[in-house]
Amino acid sequence: MSEAIDSGRRQLLTVATALTGAVGVAFAAVPFLASWKPSARAKALGAPVEIDISKLEPGAMLKIEWRGKPVMIVRRTPEMIASLGSHDGTLADPASENSRQPDYARNSARAIKPEYLVVLGVCTHLGCLPQNRLSPGASADGVLNADWPGGFFCPCHGSKFDLSGRVFRGVPAPTNLEIPPYSFADSGHLVIGLDQGSVA
Amino acid sequence: MEGREAPAAGGRMAALGAWIDARFPMSSLWKEHMSEYQAPKNFNFWYYFGSIAIVVLALQIVTGIFHTMSYKPSATEAFGSVEYIMRDVEWGWLIRYLHSTGASAFFIVVYLHMFRALLYGSHRKPRELLWIFGVVIYLALMAEAFFGYLLPWGNMSYWGAQVIVSLFGTFPLIGDSLIEWIRGDYFISDITLNRFFALHVVAVPLVLIFLVVAHILALHEVGSNNPDGIEIKKSKGPDGRPLDGIAMHPYYTVKDLFGISVFLVLFAAVVFFAPEMGGLFLEAPNFEPANPLLTPEHIAPVWYFTPYYAILRAVPAFAGTQVWGVLVLFAAVLMLFFVPWLDRSPVKSIRYRGPIYKVALMVFAANFIMLGYCGLKPAVQPFQTMSVIGTIVYFAFFLAMPWYSRIDRNKPEPSRVTS
Repeated sequence: MSEAIDSGRRQLLTVATALTGAVGVAFAAVPFLASWKPSARAKALGAPVEIDISKLEPGAMLKIEWRGKPVMIVRRTPEMIASLGSHDGTLADPASENSRQPDYARNSARAIKPEYLVVLGVCTHLGCLPQNRLSPGASADGVLNADWPGGFFCPCHGSKFDLSGRVFRGVPAPTNLEIPPYSFADSGHLVIGLDQGSVA
Repeated sequence: MEGREAPAAGGRMAALGAWIDARFPMSSLWKEHMSEYQAPKNFNFWYYFGSIAIVVLALQIVTGIFHTMSYKPSATEAFGSVEYIMRDVEWGWLIRYLHSTGASAFFIVVYLHMFRALLYGSHRKPRELLWIFGVVIYLALMAEAFFGYLLPWGNMSYWGAQVIVSLFGTFPLIGDSLIEWIRGDYFISDITLNRFFALHVVAVPLVLIFLVVAHILALHEVGSNNPDGIEIKKSKGPDGRPLDGIAMHPYYTVKDLFGISVFLVLFAAVVFFAPEMGGLFLEAPNFEPANPLLTPEHIAPVWYFTPYYAILRAVPAFAGTQVWGVLVLFAAVLMLFFVPWLDRSPVKSIRYRGPIYKVALMVFAANFIMLGYCGLKPAVQPFQTMSVIGTIVYFAFFLAMPWYSRIDRNKPEPSRVTS
């Protein structure tokens, strides 16, 4: 064996050992990082929920909780549906191009059936809870003007949304209210959390 | 000293000391960091805050440990267990108010400590790494305060965490899975509370203690700066000690004890007479339990985060995303890391700097307080405009520093420190 130190070989071995160790650390980190993902129990509790909407009156709203978030279900009257196309110019995203909704809800009613609006009651600004101000016109507390077409108003920072949850221009919220995945089990029952068309 | 001679020299205690020294570097550590550590003789008022910060850290660790003996990190029990500590545990109210006031005190002390560095150029070569450790401590402290604020499970705890966690959801593509990963659930839940508890009580404190040790070791390696911003190591006496240096112990240990005493008087006054500080230290909505279906009227973080909250809100959403505000917020904090290299002035201390830096630093400090005030207020006029101006001033202080620090009309530095 030669007395001379082969520093090139030594460096190669050092780097190879360090790299092998780094790969080992990366693999060993996976279980710890993955343990932060929603657990099986959290997933089970976040499962789809079925709601009876057969007794919901036209023009009325139902609020339920799904995955800790409020889901607002509005049975829109024919007048409400007719009013949706009348204020596109004042909306930030009338065609819901930058907003989040399932593909089957990317239309002006933002719904599978225009009669039923299903929308997350979470402001897209900073996660506050918008209030339902469904009736048009000026409000008693003065935050809404006479030209208010009916919709949702966020008390935190003043964001306004129409009866399809579409955001108006010039408010802090950047996008329309999110539509959760949902489907109709039958004409009187909604399932929140399960996509329309997927196998139950 | 030989072990055999020790009893004759100083009795049993000296013998014990010699016995330990043969097995652990007790005396040499004491000498290196206390009795023979040479600190400049001209420290002033601004040099109290480092030692006070250590005292507050110790206070937070001790009161924190006693909290964990009665606190329950679960969504159903957390709020009640804090009430239990306040009402039923003997002296529990004192332990809790010491901890909650300690959190605010920590930030006051650290902000003053950082301001001192900017005053006297303590971040400049050769203390860049010392400054970087300090900024990382500040970041760890912000994380610690954020995780801790969720634990009482009050409604402001809940919604404050909601807003901050949502920031990570603004990143394109990865945002949704990132917040799901942070929360461990589809909303801020018991699972989130439990992991924030682990981070607040174990992970971040360990990191903080490690960083504080590194900060002090780096300080003692390069030696302390002083209000004149000139190196005392440049003028050494025949014994090799700096002519303008005095030993840390007893000179500065005694001085620091005095500073700590004054601090504790003020601190106790707040703990006993104004622990809520009019809603600044403990916010009113947090006296109600967390309610995922009821947002507080106005969500504001605790005062020490509000300058950055104002910066976040100053940036409007465009292209359908709010990620810009989040990026500007991160950039605002990261700016601090680069100060040692942004500052091109040939002198360190404000005493020898020209008028531009003096004005710039005072404007920056006033602007930081103004941003903090805007962050406490709702996002309406005039606070919106003030936040935008404040954000521009904040960044201008850093980004224009290479230019204005170089052209400033400085005064010549003396060769030795002044009194």
